[in-house]
Amino acid sequence: MLFPMPFHSLLLFTVWLLLNNSISAGHIVLAVFFAITIPWLVSGMRDEHPKILKPWLAIRYVLMVMKDILTANVEVALLIIGPIKKLNPGFVAVPINIDSDLGITLLASTVSLTPGTVSAEVSKDKSWLYVHALHLDNEEELILSIKQRYEMPIKEIFGC
Amino acid sequence: MPLYLEIIICISLLIGAVFLLIGSYGLIRLPDIYMRLHSPTKASTLGITGVLVASMIFQSHLKGSFSVQELLITLFLLITAPVAANMIAKTALHYRKKPLERTQNQELMETIRDREEPQKPSES
Repeated sequence: MLFPMPFHSLLLFTVWLLLNNSISAGHIVLAVFFAITIPWLVSGMRDEHPKILKPWLAIRYVLMVMKDILTANVEVALLIIGPIKKLNPGFVAVPINIDSDLGITLLASTVSLTPGTVSAEVSKDKSWLYVHALHLDNEEELILSIKQRYEMPIKEIFGC
Repeated sequence: MPLYLEIIICISLLIGAVFLLIGSYGLIRLPDIYMRLHSPTKASTLGITGVLVASMIFQSHLKGSFSVQELLITLFLLITAPVAANMIAKTALHYRKKPLERTQNQELMETIRDREEPQKPSES
């Protein structure tokens, strides 16, 4: 099969041309070469991903996360400059309820990029996400905000 | 180059530089490795984005065509930064790095390292 992963081939093709900012014949040949060989090499280690059921929700989610990244940056910057003595770091176990690996990866990445938390580990049975918080005021509140703000939309997007 | 473009480029360069500075400053200022992780994953993303936006506007004006490489760099950064942070956190846990003394829920660290479930989630 020439294109085991058609979407990824297309993605590789465009990203290569965008990275080089050119559509000269040489780069198109190279892009086609990558679009065929790379998926062919890696298709063996791919596992099934759930389909995006609600693309509009996904776009809204991306925009929301971008906004949160902005606020996260400012918040963390303020925490870094502010008095260190007032910081109360802590580990938190967040119960999660997502079946797919892709969903958990997305959730963990979002948690790392958004205010005051870095995800450290997932439990073996994939039902707990361990998070380190730079400043932990209220554990319950943090868990609730992660679950409502990020987990719910991811679950809806993938329908799992 | 028109003045308003220069102003926009300057502003985004300054914002980027300030956040990068704060992010790096956090690396030396914060007391333990788990807290230090927060500064490069967050403060630097905005910093890099600021610099790249400036570069994007400048290059687009210079070449007369929209330059998208910078957007791709930002995207790659957003994808890779959490993964790197996650790996560093894992490594630190396996090396049993001591967190700051007032860190809450330190008893969880054993469970996190072994990827077990927490014994009993606090009922309160």
